[in-house]
Amino acid sequence: MTRFVERHPAWALIVIIAVAVALWLIFAVWPPGLEEAIGRKRVFLNAVFNGITLGGLYFLVASGFTLIFGLMRNVNLAHGSLYLFGGYVGYAISASTGSWILSFIAAFVLTALVGVVLQVLVFRRMEGQDLRQTMVTIGLSIVFADLMLWACGGDFYQIQTPNWLIGPIELPLITAVKSSGEPVYLRYPLVRLVIFLASMIIGIAMWLALNRTRIGMIIRAGVDDRDILAATGVRIQIVFVLVFALGAGLAGIAGVVGGTFQSLSPGEDIRFLLASLVVVIVGGMGSIPGAALGALIIGLAEQLGSVYIPTYAIVVTFLIMVLVLALRPQGLLARR
Amino acid sequence: MSVTHDARIRVHKAAATAQRPAVRGWPDVNNPAAWIAAVILLIMPLIANGFFLIEIFATTLILGTIALSLMFLAGYGGMVSLMQLTIAGFAAYMVAVFGVSGNANISLGWPWWLAVPMALTLATIFGTLGGALAVRTEGIYTIMITLAIGAAFYYFTNQNWAIFNGHTGINNVSTPHFWGVDWRWDIPFYYVALAVAAACYCAVDYISRAPFGLALQGVRDNPRRMAALGFNVNAHRVAAYAVASFIAGLAGVLQVWNYRQISPGSVSVGACIDILIIAVVGGISRPVGPYIGALVFVLLRTFALDFLVKIGLDGNRFRLLIGLGFLAIVFWSSDGVIGLWQRWRQSHRPPSDRPGGGRGHG
Repeated sequence: MTRFVERHPAWALIVIIAVAVALWLIFAVWPPGLEEAIGRKRVFLNAVFNGITLGGLYFLVASGFTLIFGLMRNVNLAHGSLYLFGGYVGYAISASTGSWILSFIAAFVLTALVGVVLQVLVFRRMEGQDLRQTMVTIGLSIVFADLMLWACGGDFYQIQTPNWLIGPIELPLITAVKSSGEPVYLRYPLVRLVIFLASMIIGIAMWLALNRTRIGMIIRAGVDDRDILAATGVRIQIVFVLVFALGAGLAGIAGVVGGTFQSLSPGEDIRFLLASLVVVIVGGMGSIPGAALGALIIGLAEQLGSVYIPTYAIVVTFLIMVLVLALRPQGLLARR
Repeated sequence: MSVTHDARIRVHKAAATAQRPAVRGWPDVNNPAAWIAAVILLIMPLIANGFFLIEIFATTLILGTIALSLMFLAGYGGMVSLMQLTIAGFAAYMVAVFGVSGNANISLGWPWWLAVPMALTLATIFGTLGGALAVRTEGIYTIMITLAIGAAFYYFTNQNWAIFNGHTGINNVSTPHFWGVDWRWDIPFYYVALAVAAACYCAVDYISRAPFGLALQGVRDNPRRMAALGFNVNAHRVAAYAVASFIAGLAGVLQVWNYRQISPGSVSVGACIDILIIAVVGGISRPVGPYIGALVFVLLRTFALDFLVKIGLDGNRFRLLIGLGFLAIVFWSSDGVIGLWQRWRQSHRPPSDRPGGGRGHG
């Protein structure tokens, strides 16, 4: 952090000002002129919160994607299919047992298993052949998409939110002040906040596991130099299988989250694949903090864009990608 | 099947001549099979009825030309771009926007001979800018970025009503009509498509042997060394994107004339990936590959339903069939159908005749 400030004082200043403005917009009571200029504060706050929680969902998908790529250089363009598969599994489980928590466990375990099968049957046979892996996973995603369409049909599914999470809660953020001087507080769906907290916990746990444990050390060493790691006697194939299972399982969990937030239908697989591509391009391939930052930026851009400039919302996301590529082709937080 | 047949022979011929010193003449001129294919393609309207002429052969030529632009980038430049269909779709949209269409409040109503050059220019600029972005990265990243560009364009056309008319798209695009011929009639349109495809094929074939093409292949094989030799690596790559964008733009113009309408559905991510499938199934080491791949794809797309129903399966599983076929090709042959053919020829010939090909891009 301090190094960044030392090396790019101008950028650091811009970032600090932007953060300060954003915080002021969130916490302050808006003066009347501002409300007229850019609309009501409630709309803005909702967009920000939706953006942040959507960013949490994108992080869950993209972190698995980037973890697999970072360690194994495996380009898994079927990652979106794993997301949708996890979502369908979660829907089936929660619809039959009524347990939301159980659906997470089932989705994690089953998609992780699919991931292990993929790793053993496909990726192990074409290590180091990037383009071939890309083609094969594109083919697999087509096959998976059609199989899931076959099994689940083209309907929209939504996973039932459990009773104890239904309904909004009041947040200590003032959206407006009534004429009587009584403040109005923001009400926001509890389930989205809980899921966002959970994805933050997962992210922090992953960071701790990668940076503070032995297996994390092995994985980081593998990202940097796979051959030397193998030469030191680590059974790297087992590490690969474990990381692949973890990455795929995260996509499965994200599928359940997405099925609760939004809905599940054919085509969502490609949407989330693209979201994770953009997130990791912006954040930096193979970097977990990068995935977090990229997911936050893209989620916020998408939601704020769709509120304030609905026609060009998708272009905003794209422009961010272009800007990052132009200034830092390797991504914001990539080490290179 | 004449196209497929001829292509295979031509491929072998080209492969055999590849061992001669670098500068060659037109290898196709001395190849009787190429002439037979050309004659068959020319007299096709006598053989095939309207359905086959347009739905199979003209569609094959158009899709093959889009895939040819991908083959040019991937085979000679080593850059797998998934936005070639997006560029074609952009050109198609531009024809609809500048030309005459049913949406009078969007279309500017220019005559086709003004609208088409405009569309081609804009599509080339669009593709070149996208390329300039994509060449900052390599390999997988290129695929991801071009896929992201294609997806962004798809979602944008879906959302934008001012230019692209949202998800309904632009209908009743008018087609050229001069010299007393409506060029959208089946037979004239087939010949237009054939002429464009042949011109693009020859252009790519020529460029691959021209100094620019050779430099591009050098950049593909060893960019660092080419840079050391004084070549501007990125400029070559961007120029390759410009050429490919122009080719894709031509095919896009034909596509909008063929269907007389354009909508976001025709630039969807799935359609972008279809182009990759076509190019890879055909083989991306030679310009003829995309056309073979397109023929296979179009035949499958048209007849898979009947075939699947006939063998007692659900006819809707067409994409499953395509996906499995694609997987099989990628697993067993890195160079698509022409690679399979070459390997089959090799196993039936003495080793002295072995072609030098087989660069693995797949």
